[in-house]
Amino acid sequence: MNEYVSLFIKAVFVENLALAFFLGMCTFLAVSKKISTAIGLGIAVMVVQVITVPVNNLVYHTLLKEDALSWLGITGVDLSFLTLLSCIGMIAALVQILEMVLDKFFPALFHALGVFLPLITVNCAILGGSLFMIERDYDFTQSVVYGVGSGFGWALAITVMAGVREKLKYSDIPKGLEGLGITFISAGLMSLGFMAFSGIQL
Amino acid sequence: MSAAIETKKILTEPLVNNNPITLQVLGICSALAVTSQMSTSLIMAVALTAVTACSSAAISSIRNHIPGSIRIIVQMTIIASLVIVVDQVLKAFAYEISKQLSVFVGLIITNCIVMGRAEAFAMKNPPMASFIDGIGNGAGYSLILIIVAFFRELFGSGKLLGIEIFPLTKDGGWYDPNGLMLLPPSAFFIIGLLIWVFRQWKPEQLEKADFKIMDISHGEGGHH
Repeated sequence: MNEYVSLFIKAVFVENLALAFFLGMCTFLAVSKKISTAIGLGIAVMVVQVITVPVNNLVYHTLLKEDALSWLGITGVDLSFLTLLSCIGMIAALVQILEMVLDKFFPALFHALGVFLPLITVNCAILGGSLFMIERDYDFTQSVVYGVGSGFGWALAITVMAGVREKLKYSDIPKGLEGLGITFISAGLMSLGFMAFSGIQL
Repeated sequence: MSAAIETKKILTEPLVNNNPITLQVLGICSALAVTSQMSTSLIMAVALTAVTACSSAAISSIRNHIPGSIRIIVQMTIIASLVIVVDQVLKAFAYEISKQLSVFVGLIITNCIVMGRAEAFAMKNPPMASFIDGIGNGAGYSLILIIVAFFRELFGSGKLLGIEIFPLTKDGGWYDPNGLMLLPPSAFFIIGLLIWVFRQWKPEQLEKADFKIMDISHGEGGHH
């Protein structure tokens, strides 16, 4: 149990996908102008991350890994070069299915998340989460915990960023730095804050 | 003659005037993550340029056969296959660097520059122009990547491409390395400042303010 708690904390703070690995930066910068939309996108990312990381873990361990097909009686086959293609295909398919399910059963949620869902397929945080999971060789339970943690960490980062940007509107910024420039610098300062967690050994 | 001018324009426009990173805000993820050393960023720049150029050309040559509703999946598959090729080549010929780049080669798939150019340019233009557009945008990305990596490696470890430029104090030299430069936040700062420089130089790139704070110290004071 302890191990899972520390994995969660690590995924949220120490190895925050947005601020330590710069994943999902494009959407992070584009959609963080208002707190309400940022929370919407954050939740959408978290939901997709929680589903895709474990599913990709299952696919990798039962189909792609070296000798993973031994349950079919096939040995000596290493399909791991297909990892990238299968991960992105899986993500695209799952996002599509999630969209249809939400539309059918939870229309209110669908309308709240609607615009963000298709964007998520090309969000590097999602693909990055799956690839990190494979690189670090997590087992199934670990991958569930990692999915929750990394999604939550990303959601936290974008929400905080939106809060900072809402306040920034009232400040007097040099002309050339307005907009994107100052956003980068404040993201840097936030990332500096998150660095404080990096010494923690769990 | 005009075709040559057109080609030159497609090639040079994305370098400064329409840079994918500083103006279009695309492909920032990897720009920040791999720039702590010159060598990794050079490899990344070449990989991304190759993928963008080839995928744009491939997508453009079948653009009239792709049904609109599934175009994203088709583009994604082409891009992912090209990235797998790049990934395997790197693993075979530059194993050390491919280990350092870890997942970021794979993340070229979701790099918005590749998708963005496929969607915005390759779907509407012939293959040759799309190929050149891909190279141009790859070069614009490479330019930023190399500038950022130059500052980070030089000031962070006193080296360029692994060759010592500033002798470090711990080896009896005079330069005390700035460790912050090797950490993630410095990449944000450098890109932020680069954007500032670009926009001072090219004022037409300034963003329009969403709103203005009203000046109440003079003028319309009194009419509340």
